[in-house]
Amino acid sequence: MIRSLAVCVCAVAVLTGCGDETSTPADSVEAGPVDQADGALAPGEGFADRLQMALIEAEPGATITLPDGTFELVDGLSLDVAGVTLTGAGQGKTILDFAGQTGAGEGLLVTSDDVTLSGFTMRDTKGDGIKSKGADRIVYRDLTVEWSGEPDESNGAYGVYPVESSDVLVERVTVRGASDAGIYVGQSDNIIVRDSLAEYNVAGIEIENSTRADVYGNTVTKNAGGLLVFDLPDLPKVGGHSTRLFNNQIFDNNTRNFAPPGNIVASVPSGTGIIIQANEKVEVFDNTLDQNRTAHVLVVAYSPEFEDERFNPLPRNVLITGNTYGEGGYEPQGDLAMLAPLVGGELPDIVSDGVNRWQGGDPADLNLIIDEPEDIGYLSLGLGEYPLNPLNLSPSRDRPTGGEMERLPSVDLTKAE
Amino acid sequence: MRRRVAVLAAVLMAACSKPAPTPNDEVILADRPAAQLSDYGLFADARGRVAADGVVKYDLVNPLFSDHTDKHRFVYVPTGESAAYRDKDVFAFPVGSVLVKTFAYGERYLETRLLIHKTDGWEAIPYVWNDDGTEATYSPIGKRIGIKAEEAGEGIEAFTYAVPNKNQCKTCHQSGDALTPIGPRARNLNHVGPHGVNQITDWSDRDLLIGAAETPPSVPFAGDVTADLNARARAYLDINCAHCHKADGSASNSGLWLDWHEDSAVRLGVGKHPTAAGRGAGEFAYVIEPGAPEDSIMTYRMASGEAGVGMPELGRATIDEEGVDLIRAWIRDLPAERS
Repeated sequence: MIRSLAVCVCAVAVLTGCGDETSTPADSVEAGPVDQADGALAPGEGFADRLQMALIEAEPGATITLPDGTFELVDGLSLDVAGVTLTGAGQGKTILDFAGQTGAGEGLLVTSDDVTLSGFTMRDTKGDGIKSKGADRIVYRDLTVEWSGEPDESNGAYGVYPVESSDVLVERVTVRGASDAGIYVGQSDNIIVRDSLAEYNVAGIEIENSTRADVYGNTVTKNAGGLLVFDLPDLPKVGGHSTRLFNNQIFDNNTRNFAPPGNIVASVPSGTGIIIQANEKVEVFDNTLDQNRTAHVLVVAYSPEFEDERFNPLPRNVLITGNTYGEGGYEPQGDLAMLAPLVGGELPDIVSDGVNRWQGGDPADLNLIIDEPEDIGYLSLGLGEYPLNPLNLSPSRDRPTGGEMERLPSVDLTKAE
Repeated sequence: MRRRVAVLAAVLMAACSKPAPTPNDEVILADRPAAQLSDYGLFADARGRVAADGVVKYDLVNPLFSDHTDKHRFVYVPTGESAAYRDKDVFAFPVGSVLVKTFAYGERYLETRLLIHKTDGWEAIPYVWNDDGTEATYSPIGKRIGIKAEEAGEGIEAFTYAVPNKNQCKTCHQSGDALTPIGPRARNLNHVGPHGVNQITDWSDRDLLIGAAETPPSVPFAGDVTADLNARARAYLDINCAHCHKADGSASNSGLWLDWHEDSAVRLGVGKHPTAAGRGAGEFAYVIEPGAPEDSIMTYRMASGEAGVGMPELGRATIDEEGVDLIRAWIRDLPAERS
């Protein structure tokens, strides 16, 4: 009997073991401080994991609030839910510190539409600061992205990096120390970058292979180059056009160029205010330029070899008008340091490379319009064609004449009040 | 009396021996991921070694390098259904299909990733094994796991293995707005698999696959030194890089596209300037400088384990020395004169 009972107990145990063990879905990270149901994250243990979890599990349209304080992260964050707002206690108050980062190519990657990022600081990411790719209608507002210490080659490339997106708004953002561009908008359409501060980057603000951009009200200082409007070959989107740079303060961009050498911005001479390279329909007006030692404004062709048949390396339809020019061009750097002695050692306010053809083609009418008072200096190096042949140097201080250009409309973004 | 109890026990035991689990379509297609891997019924045992009935082990001609892990792959297609063969792209698996991949060092199981074809598209769901290897738990934020020296292979120092989080899964599996599998396409399955026969024939015989071509495309094993160097290198780039470096992948904006079928030298990196590489470009001007692997960004990034430099960006803390050697040899062999 005793034995029978034992068998019986055993059978029951087996039976219990048979039960439906399907467990309930898991959703929250265990332990640590409790996060609020309204999306407010608590500081303390497991913050990085809880934040990433919140970004993964967010419902479309949710708001995630970051607390005051400095938080160390070892991996990049990512967000792929539409309509999420990620907001902190303010620039310099909520600090996400990536000095110990060991994974991912950026601090925060956004790949969903209608996202708003505001009120926090990203510091010392190993790659880019915040990247948004294919993220339409994104808003970057009241953010700081910075690399601490002296400008350094080992800093990440871009601070704020929207790419392949439409309707991009960047406002009241501070970017400091990027080894490429502080604020870089690439292969995008319909863009506003305004009221931001870019300092100690290689390039302050760069609009590249993009269409319809308004860049205004920004302070751009202590970079190697201030504002760049570029078009490059061999990218999915080429043919950048329709950018307006206006009401910006662009001064003292004399930091050494600390970009890793292979990148296009490594060719930017330290001491440049504005560079327009290739691209079409660019307006530069009502800006203040001062103390940029190479030149205040450079208008140049794309110079390396290329095969991309879609690409036009010449800058076309460029209007420069109504800007205020302080002292500049007194100590040209980079490639222009070599050429400057041939034109008297210093450069005037506005300098063009005078390239108007490529691969033996016919000279093109670039329609470079300089509508500035007579005392604003202009120089064309008259190079005619790349690759550069010093024998072709044919400097001229005569402004191009007769150009006309229909003014560009302003960029209209519904999220930019 | 004694006898009756014994019979009862036997009946109960018999009822119990039913649970050789089988795939649970309801759990597979549920809105939310199950808490435990075992809930899906994909394995006959708790340790995830033995495939359940209807779950078929397979492998790839060339695997993605993932820190020297051993990978155990399984496919499940709902009973009565089949994947449709495609020549270039990943096979068209029906809704309810599951691709299972376990990452392990020998008997130490680290994680099992599921790709489930749900009604609104593929979903990537990561599970992390406990230390005893008896249970794998849903881990949407991934996990960092310490790997001891030599554990991942001879001469490999201690490092931290990163189980990707759910978003990182998407980064590699992105195709436009959708998420797709990477491995199971004809050219990467077309060899003798773990069942000792050609996998495409095998899958067809099992009715896992319909419409297979008579001679499906194939690529060489990248480690096969007797095969053509260019084909080996391209096969390696295809499986290790092209999931992001393609027209609708996560690295589309780079313009560096490394798919097996890419035919533009510039898009493959030859004489191509870096776009947004930053310090990832090192001191070099071109992604590939033909004849000069030591001056090429591609191999510089492959040979780095540092965040912001190393490529691929995700799923790799160690360096694939054999892969680096292969790509170096290929670049060295490329004609220095560009067209």
